[in-house]
Amino acid sequence: MNQFEWKTANAEETGHFAARLAELLQPGDVIALEGDLGAGKTTFTQGLAKGLDIKKTVNSPTFTIIKEYKGKLPLYHMDVYRVADSMEDLGFDEYFEGDGVSVVEWAHLIEDQLPGELLTIYLYREREDHRRLVLVPKGERYEQLCKEILA
Amino acid sequence: MGEFMKNDQLILGIETSCDETAVAIIKNGREITANVVASQIESHKRFGGVVPEIASRHHVEQITIVIEEALKQANLTFTEIDAVAVTEGPGLVGALLIGVNAAKALAFAHNKPLVPVHHIAGHIYANRLVTELKFPLLALVVSGGHTELVYMKEHGHFEVIGETRDDAAGEAYDKVARTLNLPYPGGPHIDRLAHEGRPTIDLPRAWLEEGSYDFSFSGLKSAVINTVHNAEQRGETIAPENLAASFQESVIDVLVTKTVRAVAEYGVNQILLAGGVAANKGLRAALEKAFLDKADVELVIPPLSLCTDNAAMIAAAGSVMFEKGIRADLSLNAIPGLDIETYNT
Repeated sequence: MNQFEWKTANAEETGHFAARLAELLQPGDVIALEGDLGAGKTTFTQGLAKGLDIKKTVNSPTFTIIKEYKGKLPLYHMDVYRVADSMEDLGFDEYFEGDGVSVVEWAHLIEDQLPGELLTIYLYREREDHRRLVLVPKGERYEQLCKEILA
Repeated sequence: MGEFMKNDQLILGIETSCDETAVAIIKNGREITANVVASQIESHKRFGGVVPEIASRHHVEQITIVIEEALKQANLTFTEIDAVAVTEGPGLVGALLIGVNAAKALAFAHNKPLVPVHHIAGHIYANRLVTELKFPLLALVVSGGHTELVYMKEHGHFEVIGETRDDAAGEAYDKVARTLNLPYPGGPHIDRLAHEGRPTIDLPRAWLEEGSYDFSFSGLKSAVINTVHNAEQRGETIAPENLAASFQESVIDVLVTKTVRAVAEYGVNQILLAGGVAANKGLRAALEKAFLDKADVELVIPPLSLCTDNAAMIAAAGSVMFEKGIRADLSLNAIPGLDIETYNT
């Protein structure tokens, strides 16, 4: 499987990278975010929201699991940490196949419910605010997307 | 439970937005006649957090029992109830739906008005069960999902002047607790540990831009995680009670400082504390100290039982909304991301 790497030196750069990615996104795109607590999943999503011209404060969805925002494209921001191992149908399909962009934090916890094609981004803490972003595309659409953003 | 006058207003409130199944009956907006809460915290402990599916299932099992218990406590029948108030959002959709559907069924079966209530409005109105509200006022709302400063110029009017840009305060507590391997829910454990330790570790405080009433706890959370990691790498151990004390001091410092500044700028008569984190002893003590010498502002802190999720607060808010003529029909749905500024307009 192809994978691509990108390094950032602070939260601002991570956000900026996400904003650039946002500009290339289409309705129905699904981004899975993986990384430990404090790795920058919410920071990344905030950058992405900025790239989608979302004006509202994008804060953590941990409590309500899904938060929706209106922008150039709708953003569906999910944190599935607490859904882990649950067989409940929270209607994720409707979001993944919807008119917006889905960002799923801790996506591997609902692996069975994820679409076959998506872009997974792993956030690794290097030192202090430095982050290594590893992009793993699944499917032609996301391979292309990775090439575009890293071009 | 005493006598009820014919002209007393009796509101039955239902709350199921997260992990408590709660029903209460409030007389004339301010007097608790019945208040029943079935907590699920024990069931969620082993998962380290609320599991939505389990929460919904528990609500289904508990809701009718809790409704009956509330009517029994109040020694009332449904004929005497004036309206049914229910939490419409925000919260977990599956959990909210149980309360909303129970309320709809009751309203339909007994031909009673249905009043939708915003969960955070409920937390704020918990204060009206302690003392009458004096407008304009400011509410500091701190819970697992919210950290907000809400300005109210009158009943039913809510203006969010500051909110969290990332993690809610309660969420930061839970995540730091997870890092320190403390059991769920993390807040009370950190509060307890903090009282055993001393704030010896220098942790950041996010003040944001000058004049901003917004909050940010994500950087603080990361700093705690970094501190733990760095110590592990050096083979050192950090006393968890000192880390808890340092973390708590940082959270409280920002919450209290911003609240004091907002109170001065908005010239309010009252400052209300609301939400589950209001149970935090450190926060209570710091607010009491900060407002001790400010005689023109009344600080109201509800008892612990009214700070965590309950239905008395929903009925209390519902009472005011009922008087204002706010009604829902049987198409009422749960709204997980309900906005407090626009929900009743």
